[in-house]
Amino acid sequence: MLRYTIRRLVQLVGVVLVLSLLLFAWMRLLPGGPVSALLGERATPESREALTKQLGLDQPIIVQYFKFLGRAASGDFGVSTGVQPGDSALDIFVQRFPATIELSFFAILLAILVGVPLGYLAAKRRGGWFDNLSVIGSLIGVAVPVFFLAYVLKDAASAALGLPSFGRQGDINATRVTGFFTLDGILTGEFDATLDALKHLILPAIALATIPFAVIFRITRAAVLDVLDEDFVRTAESKGLTASVIRRRHVMRNSMLPVVTTIGLQTGALLSGAVLTEKVFVIPGVGQALAIGFERRDYPVLLLLIIMATIVYVVVNLLVDLSYALIDPRIRTR
Amino acid sequence: MALLEVRDLTVVFQRRGEEPFRAVDGVSFDVEPGQTVGLVGESGCGKSVTSLAIMGLLPKRGATVTGTVTYDGTDLLKLSDKQMRDKRGSELGMVFQDPLSSLNPVIPIGLQVTEVLERHRGLARKEAMIEAKNLLDKVGIPDPNRRLKEYPHQLSGGMRQRALIAIALACRPKLLIADEPTTALDVTIQAQILSLMKELVQDLGTALVMITHDLGVVAGLCDEVNVLYGGKVVEKANRHPLFAEPRHPYTHGLLASIPRLDAAPGEKLTPIRGSVADNIPWTQGCAFAPRCPNALDVCVQVTPAEEDQLGRLLRCHNPVVPGTPAAEEVPV
Repeated sequence: MLRYTIRRLVQLVGVVLVLSLLLFAWMRLLPGGPVSALLGERATPESREALTKQLGLDQPIIVQYFKFLGRAASGDFGVSTGVQPGDSALDIFVQRFPATIELSFFAILLAILVGVPLGYLAAKRRGGWFDNLSVIGSLIGVAVPVFFLAYVLKDAASAALGLPSFGRQGDINATRVTGFFTLDGILTGEFDATLDALKHLILPAIALATIPFAVIFRITRAAVLDVLDEDFVRTAESKGLTASVIRRRHVMRNSMLPVVTTIGLQTGALLSGAVLTEKVFVIPGVGQALAIGFERRDYPVLLLLIIMATIVYVVVNLLVDLSYALIDPRIRTR
Repeated sequence: MALLEVRDLTVVFQRRGEEPFRAVDGVSFDVEPGQTVGLVGESGCGKSVTSLAIMGLLPKRGATVTGTVTYDGTDLLKLSDKQMRDKRGSELGMVFQDPLSSLNPVIPIGLQVTEVLERHRGLARKEAMIEAKNLLDKVGIPDPNRRLKEYPHQLSGGMRQRALIAIALACRPKLLIADEPTTALDVTIQAQILSLMKELVQDLGTALVMITHDLGVVAGLCDEVNVLYGGKVVEKANRHPLFAEPRHPYTHGLLASIPRLDAAPGEKLTPIRGSVADNIPWTQGCAFAPRCPNALDVCVQVTPAEEDQLGRLLRCHNPVVPGTPAAEEVPV
């Protein structure tokens, strides 16, 4: 298990190196660039040339890349040119990362808490009206674009429910400890700050949760349907066990492998969803920075944020793979 | 009074857009305390559905069960879901065909034994573990303490079936239903499991309903045998007369299709022609008629009634005359 984990982490280093090189090259192939973004259309050739030189963009890509690697090794990922010009890319990441993690965490939590029980119930009532209705609902969940739903929630639901229509901003005067608004309130005893942060999170989290919810629901339903037909469930029934023991110990434990896999894969979807959700709800997170970064060709910030997102994705899926062994003993002994 | 009285048990499966299918059609039999009764027939004859109906394990939707299943004076078919859960595992035990798929792959054997003890005998986990160890010991699983912590895939096929038997007998049920308990096992293991079951039901005084297609199992174990065909009992007799003088052509055919060690070399087996798929509905005559060597014109016109012939029940217009050798040879 330990050797497996180490091997996967070594693989991760390789993934990050290859990805950084590809990103480095691809971003420079995009039309425009940080110079045009910073100076505008009417800049003189001389000023453009000066800035190009200042940013080091006049050198061959491969030279730029190795310089970047050298500085990155000492924790210097360059300076932002577009998102927050002048700030270091690392500072931007550290400032914005907690908001996105918080949003994604609550979104996936919501998707799991609603999707898994609903999937179980739908499977249990296969073919009934509840099953049909939730299958249709999940199709709508997948089909409705995140940004559309986000605007509906922001403009209509927020007024109707009396919830804030924007995300919690960084400038609110609560004590910052970890950068996670919900966590900081609990740590410092400012529970009203936590409550406030949660209120700000509800609508964006719903918007972001719809697609993962729909996917988790479908996978849970299919997995439970398979397990309900298994002989060991019939054995459990023949023992006269209570319905809740059969559900937890026999049906759900055996349905969890595909569901956990899906949850891991959905973390990728969460990030792309976060770009849209953060933009609509004005949440100062990584997703918002990525959106602005692309518009303004902020190479250092884009590079760092995408690599960090990749690391999060790979680590989450590593945790998912490790959890297989906890769920299924047959994988443990292999 | 019999421990279990099954009367006119009928199970009709109804799927949307399909004709209703009578999997079990008016089956009746009694099981006395401590007695072993066999339900015998090919796959599709309704023997497993009968056992699931008795245990209340058929799906709620799509299966209609009628008749009565009187256990110890109460009709099981009239009990609520909760009342049935109290009976299953405590008074009614069941052993299934495939021991690997019948055990939960992701929880240890120990928990699969203790959960039934906790549920019905109110034991705490610790006491239940001690009891589980004794149970595994009793069914002949070596090193039970280690096996309790292991998972089904770590046990051999025979050991898994022993574990399932331990689970079914954990609360000393008065009635045990075994649905083809040896079919998935090696021949050598089959004999071990059968003698274990025989020993245990004798020790505990448990009545046993043995469901099988294997007449060897019947010969070694059952006091009374019900031969099922197309969801109906076609012949019911005690073991000795049934084997000595099978009267229904189907029973006769089943016995004749067993390979015999004393057959002359080169002698062909005599299988029963056709398959269960050739059945005609019982409403139009005898379901076995299309495959029957003794079939008369009346067999496809009039449904044969159940007749009592000297203590044996027979459903046939033209039974086999005692002493008839195996049916005419059919090329395989």
